[in-house]
Amino acid sequence: MDQYTLNLIVVGASFALYVGIAIWARAGSTSEFYAAGRGVNPVLNGMATAADWMSAASFISMAGLIAFVGYGNSTFLMGWTGGYVLLALLLAPYLRKFGKFTVPQFIGDRFYSQTARLVAVVCLITISVTYVIGQMTGAGVAFSRFLEVESTTGLFIASAVVFAYAVLGGMKGITYTQVAQYCVLIIAYTIPAIFISLQLTGNPIPGLGLFGTHAESGIPLLTKVDQVVTELGFNDYTNLHTSTFNMLLFTLSLMIGTAGLPHVIIRFFTVPKVSDARWSAGWALVFIALLYLTAPAVGAMARLNVMTTMWPNATAGEALSGEALAVADKPDWMANWEATGLLAFEDKNGDGRLQYYNDANADMQAIAAERGWAGNELVTFNRDILVLANPEIAQLPGWVIALIAAGGLAAALSTAAGLLLAISSAISHDLIKDALNPNISEKGELLAARISMAGAIALATYLGLNPPGFAAQTVALAFGLAAATIFPALMMGIFSKRVNSLGATAGMLTGLIVTCLYLFTYLGWFFIPGTNMLENTAANYLFGIPPTAFGPIGALLNFVVAYVVSSATEEPPQEVQDLVESIRVPRGAGVATGH
Amino acid sequence: MADNTSANAYWAANKRIIYISLVIWALVSFGCGILFRPFLSGIAVGGTDLGFWFAQQGSILVFIVLIFFYAWRMNKLDREHGVDEE
Repeated sequence: MDQYTLNLIVVGASFALYVGIAIWARAGSTSEFYAAGRGVNPVLNGMATAADWMSAASFISMAGLIAFVGYGNSTFLMGWTGGYVLLALLLAPYLRKFGKFTVPQFIGDRFYSQTARLVAVVCLITISVTYVIGQMTGAGVAFSRFLEVESTTGLFIASAVVFAYAVLGGMKGITYTQVAQYCVLIIAYTIPAIFISLQLTGNPIPGLGLFGTHAESGIPLLTKVDQVVTELGFNDYTNLHTSTFNMLLFTLSLMIGTAGLPHVIIRFFTVPKVSDARWSAGWALVFIALLYLTAPAVGAMARLNVMTTMWPNATAGEALSGEALAVADKPDWMANWEATGLLAFEDKNGDGRLQYYNDANADMQAIAAERGWAGNELVTFNRDILVLANPEIAQLPGWVIALIAAGGLAAALSTAAGLLLAISSAISHDLIKDALNPNISEKGELLAARISMAGAIALATYLGLNPPGFAAQTVALAFGLAAATIFPALMMGIFSKRVNSLGATAGMLTGLIVTCLYLFTYLGWFFIPGTNMLENTAANYLFGIPPTAFGPIGALLNFVVAYVVSSATEEPPQEVQDLVESIRVPRGAGVATGH
Repeated sequence: MADNTSANAYWAANKRIIYISLVIWALVSFGCGILFRPFLSGIAVGGTDLGFWFAQQGSILVFIVLIFFYAWRMNKLDREHGVDEE
């Protein structure tokens, strides 16, 4: 059977499973549509949260991000997991006790203000829409690469599948498909990693193999990686090459941003009890860690594999004491991926060999002049290749390659569905039910929720087809806004009885406006290229803070403004203070289930 | 909840557990993983040092333990103060 047919069968089977779950888990009420009837087992919710959280970026790109920078990009590992500690300790149990359906609803009730709720809706939609663009384009790319369909057709197929389970089942359908998608993606990620770790270190657990011994050279794996990359003029792997301050700030930014993402927060509304919300956050992190402990190993090992393929002598000795890879000896997987444009070679000096080195490094330029090299000949080396080509590098059978395709799609679709639910519930519950038509019936609201979902899918598909040029930059916006608006507002709503409607609204607006202004200053107004007021370089940053790490500053301003304004104005009414008292204790969470 | 004193004691105890947990959270990630890495460089772990291990694996493992500890400790505190769910 050829690879294409295998891919088709495995991806087709996974899609059939998702649609089957959709038909089984139809939503019959708004409580089921928004919160899966609050009957989700905490372990299963942990699994669903892990799939909800781990996007196409986590699955396809993260290992490569770490592999090409090494220690410095540990920020992603610590930041994207550390946020769950904040979520578990500061937000999830209390919001579950509050017992409503959306994040803006809590902000509106706690700060007794329609304006606060609307500001929260605006932030939520901005965060979630920017985030969903990446998922849709990711799904389209996975389709075109593995199933040889046009990426447009692929996007329509992906949208149709999401439509089936998200519109029919709402949160209930999404929850159980996310559980299935988690299983698909973790199996797909782990199998090639186990084999690559076995081949390189003899250890079947990649996370342990990373700190193990490189079998062929007999020295520790990370020492080997350091040795090979520095020999070819690249930065070493285990040290930091940016500033400590930036690393701290960026990690903190990812942590606070993660804790403030609405599509993750609403997952904790689906468990039966407050104590379940606490356990569930722990389970979510366990399931996330299975991938996050493997990713740095995949990154380091795949990078070493590529290096030793390009310089065969590097496997046991020094790269430069042997010859570079001959064009004629190029392995099949390199030729296969050349066709996708993610890898490209050019024998610049025409010696029939492919010299891969850092041609910007002065020492390497000297060696190159001496040996007659005309520049780096691995001219394109896309980071994503480290995960995508992993099964082929490890010479695994075709069905494992097919699993990677299904896993990438599962990661993209599960995150997209979670985001779409956050968007559609904000529209149907916060805008339609609360602001426009409070007398709408249960049936009417359920229909409105389904129509909003369909509308959100149409918008996401449109944006996936016509991705704005700034798609990559907007991730900074999503995390920055989540950190600067949603997280502080929720935290103050729970931990302070004194912060009032004026303070919270002023705080959120400050966070929103300042964060947007800071990003636009360096990345262009609304990310339109060429409209930035200052060049996006470290010399121009305010106190050296890069736009991607601005979240904590926005959050700090939000806290300060909210406290100052609240202290200068009158305290919240008694019933709001009673509300805060009540969400702080778990007893009575069952009562709120009906709303 | 039984009365105001008990409710205040419950909330104070909860905040204390959160403070302690967050100190550990910051120590393993910002501390051992980034700031104190130079001081930990003497401790070799598989071809590199302890700080690298904390940044890529150790902090994640500690985060998991922290969340489960918090869940267990709070559920116990709920029962002690009679505010657990029936």
